[in-house]
Amino acid sequence: MIKSLQAQHHALSIATEQLDILEHGDGVNAYRSVPFQQKMEAIGLYPLQPIGIVIFQVNVGKMCNQVCKHCHVDAGPDRKEIMTRETMLQCLNAIAKNPSIHTVDLTGGAPEMNPLFRWFVEEISKLGKKIIVRCNLTIILANKKYYDLPAFFKLHRVEVVSSLPSFTADRTNRQRGDGVFEDSVLALQMLNAVGYGQEGTGLVLDLVYNPAGAFLPPNQDMLQKEYQKELFERHGIVFNQLFAITNMPISRYLVYLLNSGNYEKYMEKLLDAFNPAAAAGVMCRNTISIGWDGYLYDCDFNQMLELKVEPKSTQHVRSFDIEKLSNRSIVLNQHCFGCTAGAGSSCGGSVA
Amino acid sequence: MENHYYNTKDLNKFGNIGEYQKDLADKFFGWYGAAFADSALSAKEKSLIALAVAHAVQCPYCIDAYSSDAYEKGWSEAQMMEAVHVAAAIKGGAALVHGVQMMNKVKEISM
Repeated sequence: MIKSLQAQHHALSIATEQLDILEHGDGVNAYRSVPFQQKMEAIGLYPLQPIGIVIFQVNVGKMCNQVCKHCHVDAGPDRKEIMTRETMLQCLNAIAKNPSIHTVDLTGGAPEMNPLFRWFVEEISKLGKKIIVRCNLTIILANKKYYDLPAFFKLHRVEVVSSLPSFTADRTNRQRGDGVFEDSVLALQMLNAVGYGQEGTGLVLDLVYNPAGAFLPPNQDMLQKEYQKELFERHGIVFNQLFAITNMPISRYLVYLLNSGNYEKYMEKLLDAFNPAAAAGVMCRNTISIGWDGYLYDCDFNQMLELKVEPKSTQHVRSFDIEKLSNRSIVLNQHCFGCTAGAGSSCGGSVA
Repeated sequence: MENHYYNTKDLNKFGNIGEYQKDLADKFFGWYGAAFADSALSAKEKSLIALAVAHAVQCPYCIDAYSSDAYEKGWSEAQMMEAVHVAAAIKGGAALVHGVQMMNKVKEISM
């Protein structure tokens, strides 16, 4: 299995190195760098501010059983950063005190690999919040201790959101690793077996498409119809919605773009596809992102670039202040073009 | 002036043809967009047809555009190559079928 960039001591495992390339190019490819802030200013969205924080997205750790080529977290089995009980308690406190937060979105790594994952889900469930788990599917089959995850998810009415970049093995495995497609199919069938994605159960199973290459996602609705037809005909799998997500030019995907000579073209593609409607609907306007160590970010991508929320709005979950956070200016940089291209992109797919 | 006829960056300037004749350009791009829209055939199917035709007319811009577009829309490498073979087979067959015309002529004038 390939190692994370961090384990390889790769220069681009350092956030500031990534930002340097995003802002100034890599010295070889000088794309038409237009500051993202400038584009937002031109459409009256700078400074960009929240429109009400309703989603509390928690990254419970960078450990993962997979090492996907596009991963913006640089997650993998060699990553040991993991959220502690103390930080989870601080999160629970923040969630409990702020009724406007209706959804808690758990991500990673593979969030299920945090030993406190189930306890954390149970505690959030007690608070009556909608819970989303970004499950990579293969974790369900990775070890027998995970085999009952579908039943556990069902018990807490967790919405499961899972990546599947294609309904064919070839493209999926190229991006996510050998055998991932085959295990994902089995895991989806296990989720279906307990009722996920089945009409009338209310158990939501959504899939995520993201391009296996240097290009933008096609139309989400068209793709969803195709996935539904192909996955059902080939494997008897049913699901609710498909979210088409654009790959962010950071971390491993940035390394891929640079190594394959696609960086300049990809950035130009994002810039050319800038869509004001998508810009108005970016997810950072209604979401707050919490890192494994409790620090607060405008989104999971800013988290990986170590761009914390602006200092005046309290930067750690232990001093979570929704009033201050609701009046903050969102931290922007060149990678933000990834969320505003074409139909837009968010953790919930297209936004425009 | 570039010292070669084809420049990849020119593909992005296609829309500029309207500078010299806007009405016709608008009509062309409107019709082009409609021809590629999801309808009796899906946009995905049309993209594969476009890829095959691009090879038949040997247009470097079209091959560039529809290689990306077809792959992005989910066609596999094998499917795309089969489409190119279909285009090539039609072009090859179109040349070869004229062999019948050659035979007709030779038979006409030979003893």
